[in-house]
Amino acid sequence: MALDRATVERIAALARIDIAEDEQDALAGELSAILGWVETLNEVDTADVAPMTSVGGHRLPWRSDEVNDGGYPDRVLANAPDAAGAFFAVPKVVE
Amino acid sequence: MRRLGLADIRAGLADGAFSAVELAEDRLAALEGAEALNAVVSPMPDRALEAARAADRRRAAGEPALPLDGMPVAVKDLFCTEDVRTTASSAMLEDFVPPYESTVTANLIAAGAVLAAKTNLDEFAMGSSTATSHFGPAVNPWKATGDARPRAPGGSSGGSAALVAASVVPAALGTDTGGSIRQPAAFCGIVGLKPTYGRCSRWGIVAFASSLDQAGPLTRSVRDAAILLGAMAGHDPKDSTSARQPVPDFEAALGGGVRGLRIGVPREYRVDGMPEELDALWRRGAAWLEEAGAEIVDIPLPHTHYALPAYYIVAPAEASSNLARYDGVRYGLRTPAGTVEEQYARTRRAGFGAEVRRRVLIGTYVLSAGYYDAYYTKAQRVRRLIARDFEQAFERVDAVLTPTAPTAAFPLGEKMDDPIAMYLNDVFTVPASLAGLPAVSVPAGLDAEGLPLGLQLIGRPFDEETVLRAAAALEEAAGFDAEPEFVR
Amino acid sequence: MSALIEGREGVWEYAIGLEVHAQVASAAKLFSGAPTAFGAEPNTQVSLVDAAMPGMLPVINRVCVEQAVRTGLGFGGAIARHSVFDRKNYFYPDLPQGYQISQYSDPIVVGGTVEIPGRTVRITRLHLEQDAGKSVHDRDPDRTLIDLNRAGVALMEIVSEPDLRSPEEAAEFLTRLRALLRWLGTCDGNMQEGSLRCDANVSVRRPGAELGTRTEIKNLNSIRFLREAIEYEGRRQVEVIEAGGEIEQETRLFDPDRGETRPMRTKEDAHDYRYFPDPDLLPLELDEAFIEAIRAAMPELPEARRDRFVEKLGLSDYDAALLTAERARADYFEAAARGRDVKQAANWVAGELLGRLNREGLEIEAAPIPAAGLGELVDLIADGTLSGRMGREVFEAMWETGKSAGAIVEERGLKQISDTGALEGLVDELLAREADKAAEYRAGRTKLLGFFVGQVMKATGGKANPKLVNALLRARLEE
Repeated sequence: MALDRATVERIAALARIDIAEDEQDALAGELSAILGWVETLNEVDTADVAPMTSVGGHRLPWRSDEVNDGGYPDRVLANAPDAAGAFFAVPKVVE
Repeated sequence: MRRLGLADIRAGLADGAFSAVELAEDRLAALEGAEALNAVVSPMPDRALEAARAADRRRAAGEPALPLDGMPVAVKDLFCTEDVRTTASSAMLEDFVPPYESTVTANLIAAGAVLAAKTNLDEFAMGSSTATSHFGPAVNPWKATGDARPRAPGGSSGGSAALVAASVVPAALGTDTGGSIRQPAAFCGIVGLKPTYGRCSRWGIVAFASSLDQAGPLTRSVRDAAILLGAMAGHDPKDSTSARQPVPDFEAALGGGVRGLRIGVPREYRVDGMPEELDALWRRGAAWLEEAGAEIVDIPLPHTHYALPAYYIVAPAEASSNLARYDGVRYGLRTPAGTVEEQYARTRRAGFGAEVRRRVLIGTYVLSAGYYDAYYTKAQRVRRLIARDFEQAFERVDAVLTPTAPTAAFPLGEKMDDPIAMYLNDVFTVPASLAGLPAVSVPAGLDAEGLPLGLQLIGRPFDEETVLRAAAALEEAAGFDAEPEFVR
Repeated sequence: MSALIEGREGVWEYAIGLEVHAQVASAAKLFSGAPTAFGAEPNTQVSLVDAAMPGMLPVINRVCVEQAVRTGLGFGGAIARHSVFDRKNYFYPDLPQGYQISQYSDPIVVGGTVEIPGRTVRITRLHLEQDAGKSVHDRDPDRTLIDLNRAGVALMEIVSEPDLRSPEEAAEFLTRLRALLRWLGTCDGNMQEGSLRCDANVSVRRPGAELGTRTEIKNLNSIRFLREAIEYEGRRQVEVIEAGGEIEQETRLFDPDRGETRPMRTKEDAHDYRYFPDPDLLPLELDEAFIEAIRAAMPELPEARRDRFVEKLGLSDYDAALLTAERARADYFEAAARGRDVKQAANWVAGELLGRLNREGLEIEAAPIPAAGLGELVDLIADGTLSGRMGREVFEAMWETGKSAGAIVEERGLKQISDTGALEGLVDELLAREADKAAEYRAGRTKLLGFFVGQVMKATGGKANPKLVNALLRARLEE
């Protein structure tokens, strides 16, 4: 499937990655080439095959309802690019 | 001390031939002398010496040696290390200092290892050359005969592989998503093992593709790979995909030989354009195993051809989601802007390199409304067929022998402008990744240009023992003892 | 309870479906060991997993799964033997992972019903998901501040079919559902603290016609706001349609100060959540034994208990409904009634106790009188120690002091006088003193009985057994 510029723009917006105007054509070309290549999968008949979503043969393990973590805001905030007191801070969001 | 492997170090320390501190100082000096490889992102001399001193204290106190006591190990900079910056070779995490230690590195520390350096990799482990690193490409210690061009060490664990191949450290940790341990091992002429998915905990490893990522050892011998894997592996309740499997004595499995083992040779791996000398090496590998008593069986793995395209849907899809957390809010790079939306887009633009952006975009696309079934679901169906191929094969054989990579190490900078050509590096390694199977690359010879080539052995789930046994036989038959240009 | 909207061109009908987000009652979060308690200092209840540090992985909390199953059994839903956790991908500063772990195509509970007066409301599904953190917009002039204490707390999203036909029905449904969750102990139902929140999908149509285009009103955090928001939104939609416009499928916010809904700035159509199964987790497989163990330990459900109160205990429908509105209430009543006059106990719980709690704005768990204590009071009235009026006095004293009925009776010398001899003396004395009035009574002014009773009560400081005094007076006056 050949991607057009508009599609590249849309997925870049979804992925929250700035793409310069003058890159869009090149990127559309690259992504289209990759997609064209992966589409060889269409040659495979998968009509009765369930998707394989996990590799492990075991059951989902669970934890007990025990509080044994948290309580270290300094560690949580240690790498914050911007913090206000014990909060993370970002530019004002308007809902 | 340069050529000492883990088993040698164990013996040397036990005999008092040298102390752990002497060894650590010697290897730290070697690390400093290996700058030309650009294999190190962050050295950890203080941590290493402290661990070495502790190992010496234990020995002085007459305590029994720990499994990795005093053994220097380099760590791919994808494992989070407490209070040591962990970058994933990305601008995004250039200054990130984790307040936690990954389970696998914590296991090594508990086993007495001397963690010496964080090694260079393809950014977020996305690549097959270590050239997508924010810190510049790592360099393969090997060069082709009569060709001065620096070669790629493969990737993504290229820094780890280069350091081990150059005998700077005896062993290193890598991670393998589609071949990121095995392909660099083949390119650098060393042993690289990807364990069964679930064998080693993923907790604390910067995630690339969660259903594929596995940590594993890079060493100069099969025995050392067994030793290191034994310390890395084990069930971790913090990782839901970690298997509750007992950890066998992998080293003990090595002596078993291959007599009576059935080794499958899959005809589908004989791909168009495969260099004749690689094909010859593969046949030779089969002959070696046969001479050692194994039975060689021609087997079909009919969906092999589709593994790589399936992988290049599944891995980017998972990556696009795994990398969403790098938003400049809680840690990592932030490129300030007036609104949070603008800040996201600029931060992620500045923080991610071209290959990471490309994969995140592909992944976003294949998961997006209207395309999910055509791409993602389709790929997961094909993935099941590939896993089934192996299941059927393992009804007839005990391990599968293939080449590791379709070529020897290519010159640095090559294939950078052709993503698909780069992706084809993983054509032989990706099937085992999709099926979650253990696989090892063993150096088996040099090509006409004097560059190493590797052969891959793939085994049943959680049967690393058979894989290692066969690898040991291959290693012995191949007698690979060439050294790279860098150390000559 | 369905209500129609009077438009300029005839009547319109509501079709309302609710999406209720109920915080699972659990000590730790859905996928981490950090605590869930409300009101902690910012970012103190955050683990490295909740902050989505690189390489951190989720491990599910067993109790959260049990609570979801319990809730599903409570409304008669089918428990899925196989359910899947998906990632819902979107960016928001208080969503640390850049995705919410939720259940999309394979939820843990499918189907079920909740009864409201006059209607059976169908439940579509219940699924488990992570809560996001909290964005604080009003503390800093230029910045939004992020507290991740809530991030990763387990939520049950319970979705109804668009079966509700009026704002009142929506309110009733939420009230019933909340009571059920509290009854089961799977959510504390505290709407002020955000443990229970609700989105309303609202559309209007001509009665009986196809469903119209709906809007979604987000984050309604009280039952009153739910009612007001739907009321407003229904009228707004009718106005738009009657003016020749079309309803835009969009997400709206309710402004309680203005009593209006308005579109959210972030447009829903810009979202593409790219759901896919979370590769960090495996499918959740529940076996029969696990589900049966929860089923076996289920409390008697509200409707069953209400029916039993009417059929076995002989309570009125009204009292039975009142006493089963909350599990704690029903438990209190049954404890207070055990081994004594059930109707009297019901009267005291439904009347005096609930009245007082209501005036004080308290839940029954906070009542200063324990159930056994109220039972003792009922006994003291039944055995004649206290009159009804004295009982109320003792009740007040119990409420204020926390002391037992017996202790208060003792302390205040409140024992009712039921000694016939002593009362006869008083009666004879009174009739002698008030011979004229006695004569009037005998002449037919029987209303004077009240006067005589009052006099005896006054003389005994209110302690005479009023029934006995009545009987004695009648006997003397009519002999």
